[in-house]
Amino acid sequence: MAEPLLRLERVCKRFDGLLAVDNASFAVEAGRITALIGPNGAGKTTLFSIISGFLTPSEGHIFHGGAEITGMPPHLLARRGIVRTFQVAQPFAGLSVHENIAIGAHLSRRARADALAAAAEVASAVGLGDLLGRPAASLTVAGRKRLELARALAAGPELLLLDEVLAGLNPSEVAAMVPIIRALAERGITILMIEHVMQAVMRLAEHVFVLAQGRIIAEGAPQAVVDDAVVIEAYLGHGAAARLSAAGGAHV
Amino acid sequence: MKQASLAHIAVVVAVLAAVPLLTASNVVLNFLVVALLIALVGQGWNVLGGYGGQYSFGHAAFFGTGAYVSAILQTRYGVNAWAAFALGIAGGALVGALIGALTFRSGLKGSYFALVTLAFAEVLRILASVAPITGAGVGILITLDLRPQAFQFQSRAPFYWIILALLAVSFLIVRLIEQSRFGAWLVAVRENEEAAKAVGVNTQRVKLAAMTISAAITAAGGAFYAQYFLFVDSGIAYGPWISIEALLAPIVGGIGTTFGPLLGALVVKMLGELTKLVTGDAPGLDLVIYGGVLILIVAFAPRGIAGLIADLRLRFARARPRLRERAHG
Repeated sequence: MAEPLLRLERVCKRFDGLLAVDNASFAVEAGRITALIGPNGAGKTTLFSIISGFLTPSEGHIFHGGAEITGMPPHLLARRGIVRTFQVAQPFAGLSVHENIAIGAHLSRRARADALAAAAEVASAVGLGDLLGRPAASLTVAGRKRLELARALAAGPELLLLDEVLAGLNPSEVAAMVPIIRALAERGITILMIEHVMQAVMRLAEHVFVLAQGRIIAEGAPQAVVDDAVVIEAYLGHGAAARLSAAGGAHV
Repeated sequence: MKQASLAHIAVVVAVLAAVPLLTASNVVLNFLVVALLIALVGQGWNVLGGYGGQYSFGHAAFFGTGAYVSAILQTRYGVNAWAAFALGIAGGALVGALIGALTFRSGLKGSYFALVTLAFAEVLRILASVAPITGAGVGILITLDLRPQAFQFQSRAPFYWIILALLAVSFLIVRLIEQSRFGAWLVAVRENEEAAKAVGVNTQRVKLAAMTISAAITAAGGAFYAQYFLFVDSGIAYGPWISIEALLAPIVGGIGTTFGPLLGALVVKMLGELTKLVTGDAPGLDLVIYGGVLILIVAFAPRGIAGLIADLRLRFARARPRLRERAHG
């Protein structure tokens, strides 16, 4: 079997006494959308920060296409094609939408004009084409999430790490965003996404990993994972799976 | 914010260059030489503070190094004044790179960065006030030699044109930065360092480069000072006064803009002269005025005079159609 695009091997992260990520091993195959789900505080964002170089793991190894990248700083990982977005959007607040995206585009383009042209293209691909001149600080939550996506996209990622790009959006905004993400995957960008909006995970992801209390507790196709008793108990508490199936049985 | 074009820069420099043709008054020229010197020193600060968001309180470290390196090379080693001037700039840049490497590598930001740069400047001031090579408490007097080869002139006009030329070069450097990828990355660091890292910006290197350029520009001001006044001591070269002037000019004029430091330097220096007229030469009173101005600017015009002008122009542009309607109606 070919080497996966991203592979984590027994990754641990300890913050003093707290074990935030506990022996997480998983692999992201190239060319598809993989989701990382789990209850609040499961360690998903910590894991993202480790993969993108913002945190170094206490133990374990990370490989990108077979090469070890453990402990590499974020800017070098971005140059290798691993680019993240932030859960709480982090715009360059004083700059326009266009300039924000151009910073991403500059990664592979030296000339200002080239970066601005590429940024305009990316902006229209994510539906920000009409807002290019607006200050980033004036965008709505939905606009900021798109900007976050656009800036990462402009950096030309091979592996895009999306940290809850749908959180805080209303249902129609989510519905608008889903085809944009799918279009990225169709362009050949591998996506690893943390997501709480299960409806979107079910529609987008081809493979799902479930993280709970720092551990990968389940993986598989989206439908199989949500039916998994272990996963239901991780979200809803011990015994919930049994109660749910009893209640479900009564309703049918 | 709209960037200054080459035409803007050419017009501003041309207008300033004409001043000595209109007046031979030593008072006016001396005032302008000092104001442009502060503008240059402030432009150095502006590269790091205005564009990069790293607020230094210790630009005296670069100003003083420029002044001392140039003065020492001339008086002790007989180096040509122009060559000494260039080496003074290089020395300032080197000190900037060293302090930058130490502070940025240790992850110092915000007020910690400001305090540590202040500390570096103070350490240099104290060292210069005791070390024999800097003339210790006496300072260095550059030998009078009024020949252009010695970077000394009979009248003030040549000095004025030289400081103007240096300032013009600094305008061009700032414009180059604004138009380049480095400049985009520098502004990204100012706006959000984490986000910049995530899209591949080597923030350490960008900050270090900005500090080196910033230090070189400010050191040019220091080396010029030595040549103009022919005297340097530790209080002048490394004293907090120049660190304050360096940050006051761009903050008053408009931080992160090409002309902000010039605008600010002219306004602050004029205020200083006015106070002297009103109060006589009471020591320290100019600092009181500076403090007051700084508070007013921070409270009411955080983007400085340049920002204030832009806002007023916008308001005027909006009001104009309404006025026209009223006139017709």
